[in-house]
Amino acid sequence: MKAAHGRLISEEGLRHDGRRPDEHRPVKMEVGVLSNADGSAMVEFGRTKVLAAVYGPREPPQRFMLLPDRAILRVRYHMAPFSTSDRKSPAPSRREVELSKVIREALEPVVISELYPRTAIDVFVEVLQADGGTRTAGVTAASLALADAGIPMRALVAGVAVGKVDGVLVLDVDEVEDSAGEADLPVAGAPDLGLITLLQLNGVLSEEEFEQALDMAWRAIEDLVRQEKEVLRRKYQGVSRA
Amino acid sequence: MSVTPFRLPVIAKLRREAIEALIAKGLRVDGKRDPATPRSVTVELGVIERAEGSALVKLGNTQVMAGVKMDVGAPFRDTPDQGVLTVHAEFVPLASPLFEPGPPDENAIELARVVDRSLREVGAVDLGELVIRSGEKVWVVWVDLYILDHGGNLFDASMLAAMAALLNARIPYYEEIETGEVVVDRSKPPLGALPIRRRVVTVTVAKIGRHLAVDPDFEEESVADVRLVVALDDGGRIVGLQKSGEGAITREEARRAIALARQAAPVYFKALEEAATSSKADGS
Repeated sequence: MKAAHGRLISEEGLRHDGRRPDEHRPVKMEVGVLSNADGSAMVEFGRTKVLAAVYGPREPPQRFMLLPDRAILRVRYHMAPFSTSDRKSPAPSRREVELSKVIREALEPVVISELYPRTAIDVFVEVLQADGGTRTAGVTAASLALADAGIPMRALVAGVAVGKVDGVLVLDVDEVEDSAGEADLPVAGAPDLGLITLLQLNGVLSEEEFEQALDMAWRAIEDLVRQEKEVLRRKYQGVSRA
Repeated sequence: MSVTPFRLPVIAKLRREAIEALIAKGLRVDGKRDPATPRSVTVELGVIERAEGSALVKLGNTQVMAGVKMDVGAPFRDTPDQGVLTVHAEFVPLASPLFEPGPPDENAIELARVVDRSLREVGAVDLGELVIRSGEKVWVVWVDLYILDHGGNLFDASMLAAMAALLNARIPYYEEIETGEVVVDRSKPPLGALPIRRRVVTVTVAKIGRHLAVDPDFEEESVADVRLVVALDDGGRIVGLQKSGEGAITREEARRAIALARQAAPVYFKALEEAATSSKADGS
């Protein structure tokens, strides 16, 4: 649908929804939103709404999967059929299979899995409404849900996607910008460790643009992790007062 | 659901340390190259006559075959004036003791999607030229990647095989008959080459210990914490990235990996060019 959109950056340098290029959509984070899960979180980036739940460490249904020296991580990224403008079939698509893998690999470096050998830690990410940035909102929600479940972690992770529209690098692309844009760079990382744990690029960037985009993403990730800590602190302060 | 790999090749700790120590010294376990140099690579075109295009790539001990088949089909609703390009990968069980028969797993799907995106994002194939009747009939181009021998770094070998098979592909002869149907006739000489506008390669950079090296072989890949797949086009632009594996990289390592990939990419472009030139000389 590339031709259907006009200019996505206005004369004043603002985006189609009025944001500045380096402005994130309004972010909402909440933990402990589900009663059965050991940990859970809801994260919203604008209209994108993602729910994550963590179960475990627990015995997996198939014991042959177990590793003797660490817990395995099992991660599913899944989109609700009503999350997109055309109904999404609930059967896992190739895209969901790939995103489950990259989200798992974004979490593996921070989960201290060696504390729980012969167990599984399950992370379920459900996209309830998709408006761009679902995998990065998913990583952010998963990080919060893991912390909420009390799983020991080296650091918290968060993610954001930087795009390029009308030749301008923009933070936290929504669906309009993603489908019309020239590039999409989803990044997740653990700022407290200085480590990138998810990095993909779909589109064309020069080396200079890549560096600028990565810096832009990194500042946003630092800010998102600050917000994660704040949300978790609020919950546990509430517990200690009760 | 994506699960932490639990069936992994066993590599002795001593071997792991040796591989890491070699890379620290700017050497590789196969003894013949430095961290910025890929293994020897050959690209052979037209290995399967039945296919519209095909290629066999050997990258060290890794062998990947790619076949291009073309069908007449309907365009996607949102792109009525474009042909369709689809990439699939099969991790054939004869290629490795780690591969099991069955539908493509997450590794095969990730590989196919990275190759697909790299081709698509630069418009390597001009899909606008593959329209037979706007909104109704277009060419559907299937690129099937067949992993025949897993000697490490399936990404780069598969990307090369896909690109080479597309360069080798010829559009089959077709006729529109009275009912409006389009009939393909492969007994007649093909119509011509696919409209290839750009060449793309990927260079995989492995992080082993604290060191980076391009084109990891099977052992190096087994001890690597993480890989960064860097897709580059023939204009030197970055056209795709994929971090793959359990580990993580720093921002500085990401930048250094891209620089290493740029250094290594000409080896792959040269292999493609040599294959294309020699097949022209053969008249194929």
